Amino acid sequence: MTTTAPRGTGAVTQGGGDGAPAPRRATISARSLRTDRWWLLPLTTVVVLLSFVVYSTFRAFQNAHYFSEPYISPFYSPCITTGCEGDTFPEFFTGPSFISPAIYILVIPLGLRATCYYYRKAYYRSFWLSPPACAVGEPHRRYTGESRPPLLLQNLHRYALYGALVFNVILTYDAVLGFRDETGEWGHMGLGTLVLLANAALLWLYSLSCHSCRHIVGGRLNHFSRHPVRYRLWTQASRLNASHARFAWLSLFSVAIADAYVFLLATGTISDPRFF
Amino acid sequence: MTYDATFRVWRGDASGGDLQTYTVEVNEGEVVLDVVHRLQATQAGDLAVRWNCKAGKCGSCSAEINGRPRLMCMTRMSTFGEAETVTVTPLRTFPVIRDLVTDVSFNYEQAARIPAFAPQARDADGNHRMQQVDVERSQEFRKCIECWLCQDTCHVIRDHEGNKAAFSGPRFLIRLAELDMHPLDVTDRRDAAQDEFGLGYCNITKCCSEVCPEGIHLTDNGIIPLKERVVDRRFDPLTFLGSTIGRRPKD
Repeated sequence: MTTTAPRGTGAVTQGGGDGAPAPRRATISARSLRTDRWWLLPLTTVVVLLSFVVYSTFRAFQNAHYFSEPYISPFYSPCITTGCEGDTFPEFFTGPSFISPAIYILVIPLGLRATCYYYRKAYYRSFWLSPPACAVGEPHRRYTGESRPPLLLQNLHRYALYGALVFNVILTYDAVLGFRDETGEWGHMGLGTLVLLANAALLWLYSLSCHSCRHIVGGRLNHFSRHPVRYRLWTQASRLNASHARFAWLSLFSVAIADAYVFLLATGTISDPRFF
Repeated sequence: MTYDATFRVWRGDASGGDLQTYTVEVNEGEVVLDVVHRLQATQAGDLAVRWNCKAGKCGSCSAEINGRPRLMCMTRMSTFGEAETVTVTPLRTFPVIRDLVTDVSFNYEQAARIPAFAPQARDADGNHRMQQVDVERSQEFRKCIECWLCQDTCHVIRDHEGNKAAFSGPRFLIRLAELDMHPLDVTDRRDAAQDEFGLGYCNITKCCSEVCPEGIHLTDNGIIPLKERVVDRRFDPLTFLGSTIGRRPKD
């Protein structure tokens, strides 16, 4: 008869938590035995995200060419200082002239994306290499994840979401303002209107597919049967949530494209094709 | 169609070992486990390998094939080129016993720590009742066959042996989520998830979901919802205040 060791006596492996191979593990020195190009995805993520960061930082600090009647760049909306170009939002205060109006509002979209469950995966893997790909060893000696500050702050994602939902309303309003012409007359439409509308739609899809949103609308409940409306909302949020990563990228691109379009208009590089 | 494949198999035990190369026959329709069995039958009679159902349901034949955590019985040889060398190694995260067999008792120790299912009082007629719509979220996690591939691939314990003392691994975080979402269960496991099972260590890089042979969405449907539930209790000042003054219903 085969006998087995009592539970708890078999796996007493003492490791130092320093990333070194622990005693009694199989001695395999290679960091990974994967034969596919596992580095391609993190590398692409780094290139695309860094490109966006460089472009958006330049544009946020540029403090010019962000408004071309009737369009405003999403980087600068809501524009809340008296130094703003155009008149798309109430001007609350006069800030120092060297501070771009984009800086005051940056915290909301940046906060949403920085704490987003999808982007966390993307940048932990590609920038922090923790891990660079599945079953590929990470280079760090120590790892505590999101169990301590400052990464504990990732848990405030839902507050960034609340702010982003307000911003979505404002950016949708901006897109509606695009149904005017250069003189402020309603009932017109140009390519810029479509660009701003597509951007607003993608931002809504990104926000509403958020994991926190899914939790808030119904995920926290244990008895869906007692809350049929919230169950429906949760079901819809879950459906969107399956494409959260796609919406994260598409909305990132759409924000950059909308800004670039307004930049080109404002600098006079192109003119806005008007449909009617 | 039969051909000779080159296999590299890790042979050894806790005191050391290395990859040994074999040339072994492969027939059409076979999986990696078939080839390993042929190796055992023809060339390496003492090769240790754990297996049972050969149908992807028992979770015994977990290994790493070309560096990826997989079930040997569910990895078709047709996914490799005939000239491709197939490397089979034991799970890296756990102590090796011999060859492809590892000591996975860490996982059973973690399972024993989970606060057990604690149902509410029975209805007046002596029954427990729950709606399908309420319990189906938990049922996704019941598909788990406990192959430990998610535990093996999770970098938190794969790359940091010392974290095993603080982090129980993705399989047990979804077990906690399963119980916490259960319509009949009355135990609040949110504090324990954070403090005792190391939920905060997870940085949701989703490798557990990628390797799951049952296709369970561990991260999206289990770990992230559990993180959000912990936020309700621990980190969100509004929900904390609402719960404290009794204005926020439990459900």
